[in-house]
Amino acid sequence: MNPDEFILAMLVNNEAGVLTRVSGLFARRVFNIDSLSVGVTDDPRISRITITARGDDYVKTQLVRQLEKLHDVKIVEVMPTTSTVMRELVLIKLNIAQKSRAGLMEAVAVFRAKVVDLTNDSVTLEITGERSKCNAFVEYLRPFGIAELCRTGLTAMSRGRKTLKMNAKPAQHT
Amino acid sequence: MVTGIANAYLDSSPLVAITGNVACEAIGKDSFQEVDITGVTMPITKHNFIVKDVSRLADILRDAFAIARRGRPGPVLVDIPKDIQQADCYYEPKKAAPVTRSNNNGKEAFAEAVKLISQCERPYIYTGGGTVGSNASQELLALAEKIDSPIGSSMMGLSAVSHDNPRFLGMTGMHGKYAASQVMGRADLLIAIGTRFSDRATGNKLAFIEGKKVIHIDIDPSEIGKNIPAFVSLIGDVKAVLKKLVAELPAGNRKAWHQEVESFKNCPDNRLEMPKDSLNPETVIQAVNRRAPKDTVVCTDVGQHQMWTAQYYHFAKPRSFITSGGLGTMGFGMGAAMGACIGNSKKKTVLFTSDGSFHMNMNEMATAVSNQLPLVIVLLNNNTLGMVRQWQTLFFDKRYSHTSLERRTDYVKLAEAFGAKGLRVTKLEQLDKAVKDAFAAKGPVLIEAVIDQDAKVLPMIPPGGTIKDIIVKA
Ligand SMILES: Cc1ncc(C[n+]2csc(CCOP(=O)(O)OP(=O)(O)O)c2C)c(N)n1
Repeated sequence: MNPDEFILAMLVNNEAGVLTRVSGLFARRVFNIDSLSVGVTDDPRISRITITARGDDYVKTQLVRQLEKLHDVKIVEVMPTTSTVMRELVLIKLNIAQKSRAGLMEAVAVFRAKVVDLTNDSVTLEITGERSKCNAFVEYLRPFGIAELCRTGLTAMSRGRKTLKMNAKPAQHT
Repeated sequence: MVTGIANAYLDSSPLVAITGNVACEAIGKDSFQEVDITGVTMPITKHNFIVKDVSRLADILRDAFAIARRGRPGPVLVDIPKDIQQADCYYEPKKAAPVTRSNNNGKEAFAEAVKLISQCERPYIYTGGGTVGSNASQELLALAEKIDSPIGSSMMGLSAVSHDNPRFLGMTGMHGKYAASQVMGRADLLIAIGTRFSDRATGNKLAFIEGKKVIHIDIDPSEIGKNIPAFVSLIGDVKAVLKKLVAELPAGNRKAWHQEVESFKNCPDNRLEMPKDSLNPETVIQAVNRRAPKDTVVCTDVGQHQMWTAQYYHFAKPRSFITSGGLGTMGFGMGAAMGACIGNSKKKTVLFTSDGSFHMNMNEMATAVSNQLPLVIVLLNNNTLGMVRQWQTLFFDKRYSHTSLERRTDYVKLAEAFGAKGLRVTKLEQLDKAVKDAFAAKGPVLIEAVIDQDAKVLPMIPPGGTIKDIIVKA
């Protein structure tokens, strides 16, 4: 990760419009979202959002404090990059014939990627990992001609027993 | 309505707006009279709801009022589709959730604040609307007494301190009092209370904090460091925080600082008075001030008349000044005065307005008449969009554009057409009688006071400027 990049993890109500509230706040306070991933948690009423953004301490503090004021946001945390497991999933389609695939399977093995679909004239690959590894894999594949690529955006979890706890938000934030 | 909500958002006024919408099944299809009002108001509300199940209606409304009032107050909108409005449900009465106002600061934060205050030589208490909102006037004065400090205020904080209090220097900022701004500049410690350092209040932010440390007390953690970095911050309800802070502080005595403050107070630039023998903004405002009981609620529209009111009216009671600060919404005054009057047991309420602003919502005169609201509407008629004209004069080489509207409105006839009373004042001699009559009347009265087109709001620190750029003479 870049030195000024950081990861925000938050628990939010799993309701219509919540993502708009969160992304709208970024837009109107002129903060950028680099990547975003959302999904429901083990509790169907709660979703977890992971956002990567960039900025100095001012940006970081403002973002957390402004996000905490949203009624639907239960908790926001900046995840320390040193003690966090970070993963991203990338799907890559290469529309190439069998004879042009020399070296491809070797790379799949080295990067611990997976072939998820295979036809005579196409290969679809999946790779999961930290962003730098995904980037390196994508760069390696570029000469083969990438037909389509999608990334999920980073998702992250603390190492050890630590979890994101609900209702840690002090009353003033609401 | 959107403008009003945005106004409440920027001035942290608790407000619940209830809107109607098309039936649930018609939502999202561009149905007749459908508006995505929750989408529109998302960035200007604390939260908003669409009620899609009538069994949730009561709880959502309770939540709406709780959210609007708790923490830093603000607007909440509840959109109720037509089928929900007509549906039946069981209603279970419940008590409203109490609004808790907390102070969660650790010992260390207070200890640091106490240390800073004890060590400083030139403290300055700078108070904002948060002090009014928290009903913390007494605690504010207790702090000033204990540490022997002068007090200045943002426009939204003006009614927190009685203007006759010798510690009070008045409003700071773009049109602040000379002494209030100068003393603030000289201070080595700024104790900012319930204020968010708007650009209209600070001017150039770097110069603003030069040579001073800041203790910032506010209920909203996101305000700490947002516009001005704080050396120490105390987050929580102003009243609760000040109570504790005052209890922990040793009493201070600052003679030299006192003398310096007094010398600024006595400076001629701190007494920029208008002539006593003509009809002008100051004589008009003072005539109303003399006649109005001390607890009269005074509202304004937006422009020069608003600043003159902030400068010349001596507010004596908390919450006696209602004005549009953050958004500067022309047209705010009429509705604000009517609301304030009704919310204050229909007591006599004053509105200072001007021709531009009054034209924006004067149709509400009809409602004021229907409800026989005892409003004293004082229209300072300079026959121009005065504040913009002032900027065109000072900063745009007198290239007057679209500020003199050449309107021929007859305000006396207008008031009468609505069924209200109208009085016209063109000479100082007519003023006192008109004000007396207006205060004696039952329903709404409009006094049109004709003033000079080129009367200026002074002093003025130009936008982005510093105390060194202060303009005291036009
Ligand atoms: C709704 C709205 N439109 C425009 C403005 C910009 N504006 C600020 S002050 C002002 C002139 C106000 O004129 P008037 O109400 O006559 O008051 P005066 O300054 O003459 O006392 C204008 C146009 C505004 N604040 N609000």
